[in-house]
Amino acid sequence: MNIDDIKREFPIFDDKIQNNDLVYLDSANSSQKPRVVVDRIYDFYTKEFSNVGRSVHYLAVAATNLYEQTRVSVQKYINAKDKDEIVFTKGATEAINLVANTFGQKYLSEGDEVLLTELEHHSNYVPWHFLRKAKNIKIEFAEINDNGEVTLEAIEKKITNKTKIISVSHLSNVTGAILPIKEIVQLAHSKNIPVLIDGCQGAPHLKLDMQDIDCDFYAISGHKMYGPTGIGILYAKKKWLEDLPPYQGGGGMINEVKKEGITYGELPNKYEAGTMATAQVIAFNESIKFMEKIGIQNIEKHEKELLDYGLEKLRKNNSVNIIGNPKEKGGVISFTIEGIHPHDIATILDEDGVAIRAGHHCCQILHDKLNLPATARASFGVYNTKDDIDKLDESINKCKKIFNL
Amino acid sequence: MDLKDLYQEIILDHGKNPRNLGKFDNYNKDAKGNNPLCGDNVHVYLRLNENKKVEDIAFEGHGCAISMASASIMTDMVRGKEEKEVKEIVSDFLGMIKEKDSLETNILKDDEKTKLMSLSGVKQYPMRVKCATLSWHTLTSALDNSDQIVKTEE
Repeated sequence: MNIDDIKREFPIFDDKIQNNDLVYLDSANSSQKPRVVVDRIYDFYTKEFSNVGRSVHYLAVAATNLYEQTRVSVQKYINAKDKDEIVFTKGATEAINLVANTFGQKYLSEGDEVLLTELEHHSNYVPWHFLRKAKNIKIEFAEINDNGEVTLEAIEKKITNKTKIISVSHLSNVTGAILPIKEIVQLAHSKNIPVLIDGCQGAPHLKLDMQDIDCDFYAISGHKMYGPTGIGILYAKKKWLEDLPPYQGGGGMINEVKKEGITYGELPNKYEAGTMATAQVIAFNESIKFMEKIGIQNIEKHEKELLDYGLEKLRKNNSVNIIGNPKEKGGVISFTIEGIHPHDIATILDEDGVAIRAGHHCCQILHDKLNLPATARASFGVYNTKDDIDKLDESINKCKKIFNL
Repeated sequence: MDLKDLYQEIILDHGKNPRNLGKFDNYNKDAKGNNPLCGDNVHVYLRLNENKKVEDIAFEGHGCAISMASASIMTDMVRGKEEKEVKEIVSDFLGMIKEKDSLETNILKDDEKTKLMSLSGVKQYPMRVKCATLSWHTLTSALDNSDQIVKTEE
């Protein structure tokens, strides 16, 4: 695959940003969008718009078909058994909230335990914390090791006979650690514990096969997969979606509404109340096609090359300290520079057009554990090149110069 | 935009070696502030004597060069001033960071104003304004005996 050609498919790189060529190293936060995705939104609104699943006129039927086509594309992309196992949400955050809320309602009571890890994003902690408040449940955190990874043994250590669900990241957005999710699922299932995987960082970078992973729930963020904002996916095994109560109430999710009572709609409508992010769902189909065209194996290989090159380069740069050293690692490099706060690094890099993130990356538990208030993070997407990493390295040297290091 | 405006020598100096960093025993007012977006935090301690004068002031916390320098310069500047004067300085500083071109208060001497103006570079960096203002809002909160933790985000 030719990265220059791929990069040309992203309009954001056409023009200078603040007089600089954009070096975008913030894809773990959100990826840039290829032209096909942007155009699809425009075309849908200008030529094909209608609400879905309600009216019988031509446009409504056509829009409904397009909307459902994305569901089928996602089903195939992640190898789900049934298209009804794909629920559209406003993002991965809502997908996790949906599970925490409905599973919590039905299956959690005082004293029950939910097992997370220390490297979870806030979106895979706060929804469970609500239950801690509402139902007096306990939250346990499997510990990270010195390499910034969570091992199967660390998970096993925290499982008790009170553990009712395990919810873990596929890939850490800070250390880049790829968790042994298949083994975690096997272990959990041997004890009859369901598993939710927060796949925000997994889905854009790794091959997904729900039959192989065998998890109960998998949450996906559309905007990190070269897709629009406002769209996420909850994959859930059909047995769960049939068993759990609905999440939000409203139009579209009902079967029959009477003064005396209400019956709910069939899957997948049961979990899609109200008018959904129709244009985004339809455009997300283009993101899937875009990734399929390149091939996830090629994306993985390219990002691994960037990662190896980046790690080698930054390790050679004195005073740069790389956070975590996981054996299995995705395209994320978090780092600190002795004597320069990450925010100052980010501001100085930005002056050269190098866009990174600084802060706790919504992982305060992890940063507390590492005893770091903040880190700087460079994360990769399919459009990045080794040249981008060279520019990052040069800009880091500029930081050091300004701070007289 | 020019990074030299933001990272002036005085900022780098105060950022690296913040004055009045720590806590002292007999403080009678304090407040905490934090920036939930980035995790920066500050805790301001001060002792107001019977004449409402700031007898001593210090701060604890961590953050970027801008926030540390701002807290450092601020604590230097308000020590020995009366509460009323401190409030005027705070409001003058915040006004300058937000919109005004210069400081207007007569309480500060010219060299003090120059020192404070070294923070004016953040105006060009809207995302960094909060770094410069956090400790100042926290100082106000301490003087007002507010139990509320100051946050940069509503």
